[in-house]
Amino acid sequence: MKKNNHRESLILALILLIVLAAAIFLDAKLPSYHIAIKVIKKACVYSLVAVSMNLLNGFTGLFSLGQAGFMLLGAYAYAILSIPVAKRAGVYQYFDGGIVKFSLPEIFSGIFGESIGPIVGMLLALLIGGMIAGLVAYLIGLPVLRLRSDYLAIATLGFAEILRALIQWSALGPLTNASNLLQNYPELGGATAYLILIAVFIGMILLLVNSTYGRAFKAIRDDEVAAEAMGINLAHHKRTAFIISSFFAGVGGGMLAMYMGTVQALSFKSTMTYEILLIVVIGGIGSLTGSILTSFLYMASLEWLLRGLDSGKFLGIEAPGVFKNGFRMAVVSVIIMVVVLFFRKGIMGDRELTDLLRRRGRRKGERVE
Amino acid sequence: MNPVLKLENVTMQFGGVIAVNNLSMEVGEGEIVALIGPNGAGKTTAFNCVTGVYEPTNGKIEYCGETIAENFPRGKMKRLYAGEHNGLYTKTVSLTPDAITRRGIARTFQNIRLFSSMTAFENVLTAMHVRRTSNLFTATFRLNHKEEQAQRERALELLKIVGLEAEKDELATSLPYGKQRRLEIARALATEPKLLLLDEPAAGMNPQETEELTAFIRRIRDEFGLTVFLIEHHMDLVMDISDRIYVIDFGKLIAAGVPADIQNDQRVIDAYLGVDEDE
Repeated sequence: MKKNNHRESLILALILLIVLAAAIFLDAKLPSYHIAIKVIKKACVYSLVAVSMNLLNGFTGLFSLGQAGFMLLGAYAYAILSIPVAKRAGVYQYFDGGIVKFSLPEIFSGIFGESIGPIVGMLLALLIGGMIAGLVAYLIGLPVLRLRSDYLAIATLGFAEILRALIQWSALGPLTNASNLLQNYPELGGATAYLILIAVFIGMILLLVNSTYGRAFKAIRDDEVAAEAMGINLAHHKRTAFIISSFFAGVGGGMLAMYMGTVQALSFKSTMTYEILLIVVIGGIGSLTGSILTSFLYMASLEWLLRGLDSGKFLGIEAPGVFKNGFRMAVVSVIIMVVVLFFRKGIMGDRELTDLLRRRGRRKGERVE
Repeated sequence: MNPVLKLENVTMQFGGVIAVNNLSMEVGEGEIVALIGPNGAGKTTAFNCVTGVYEPTNGKIEYCGETIAENFPRGKMKRLYAGEHNGLYTKTVSLTPDAITRRGIARTFQNIRLFSSMTAFENVLTAMHVRRTSNLFTATFRLNHKEEQAQRERALELLKIVGLEAEKDELATSLPYGKQRRLEIARALATEPKLLLLDEPAAGMNPQETEELTAFIRRIRDEFGLTVFLIEHHMDLVMDISDRIYVIDFGKLIAAGVPADIQNDQRVIDAYLGVDEDE
């Protein structure tokens, strides 16, 4: 069993290295506005958020729809903390340059120098965004986590909408720029930087899921009564899962802000949560690798491969009459329905990539016997 | 010396229905005590009061001298309460089931409740979470490696004790019924209990399996230094295994004593067989 584990981690590390090498290669060869780079970045962000949602919905069995709200918090925290001081007057033009008069990347470049400093500052801004999301999750969790299934979903959805409205409130303008855009903040790097970031964060979630706490989460999902009878404190563990999930959603939101270049509360609608939920369900509820794979597939096909369906030419076929604006979404919807019909439990079910490898190994072993 | 478990005037009333009526009983250290009664007599409800699933309406429950549940008719129950000893208790002590398990009471369920997505091994391992010394941080970053290793070894050992070593990697819910029951006991033992509550452990078992179970319960009692409190319908098992028996009917205690006395108690026979109304 131990040997098997080593082989699995080796294979995982290998896959990660190949993907990383590909990203470094693409970053060097292609301009940063190239669609492939954009797809990788966006897929990375969605992977992280989908995995964080899976931790809650798939592993702990708490059906929450607040993801967009927590992403919103992370995105705003990142933007507010990292807009260069010189540009604040322009961004906060209706609010006298805002009340935040510092920029973390600038502060840290003063300490660590021009090369590492900004990166430290940006990472810190991301983490602070996550922590704010986690803190808010704690507060919301106090009343909301008593609810079960659909009621929890509705309550968290409502909360996300409230947050969106609150951010746009003009009284908070000096901080959030109300309903105006936040922009001109720096981006951490190319596709490689995104990949490394999510590899670290998702790696942490993976470790958590496979720890004793992860087992407790799964026990709660399987049978709350039995979990409680085995000494698992429901309130404490549900709250822990909710806070951790929200933390990573917040970090993901910060990364989304980086990717988009501008932040506006208006774009963090519940549709965003549904998109992530879709990725989680199609990838397989309870499968982290399923969520990651699906994020990449979904983003690649939606943003890139199927683009032709909207612009008149797809796979060499020219049919401007059919391939009009909106046709892509129709095709995507049909694909999703087909996938759901044929993969009832999502592409991966509740298995991970490593489980598939292990199964093959075991089958071989049986044949030998 | 305090008894391991002591129920004092426990009454559980749902709306107008009294499920457990003024039940008082004791379970001493190292004893195997059975609670029997016809269907719907309130046995499982009494169990649920002990394990914290329900909050009794009135009365007190002590575990090793510590009050783990105490209540008196409050709120709507103040008006509805139809039991005895109203006003005797004035405090409210209410622990969640996990807090009670942490104190050393473990249970199995009448309708098996294993963690369905996990293997037999993982089921046992998960139950050890309650005795962890690691926190979220040390567990995530594998700083609790030693403890984790010890838990895994212990889980394997427990599976060996209940005879499920060969099935350790099988999905818990795919095991045959009798093995699921034994797995539930292994899982309960993994929480390191002092008092083990078994809710109809022989339900659905044939006579031979029941006999094996009897020997098995005795063995784990001796091996783990347990006190066992069980609910059961199989009279063979109950008469064979119990040091003492409590009989309830319609929530009320109708007899208590050693198996030989219970067997010949007219009220118990009436409760089980029914009384001919013409006589």
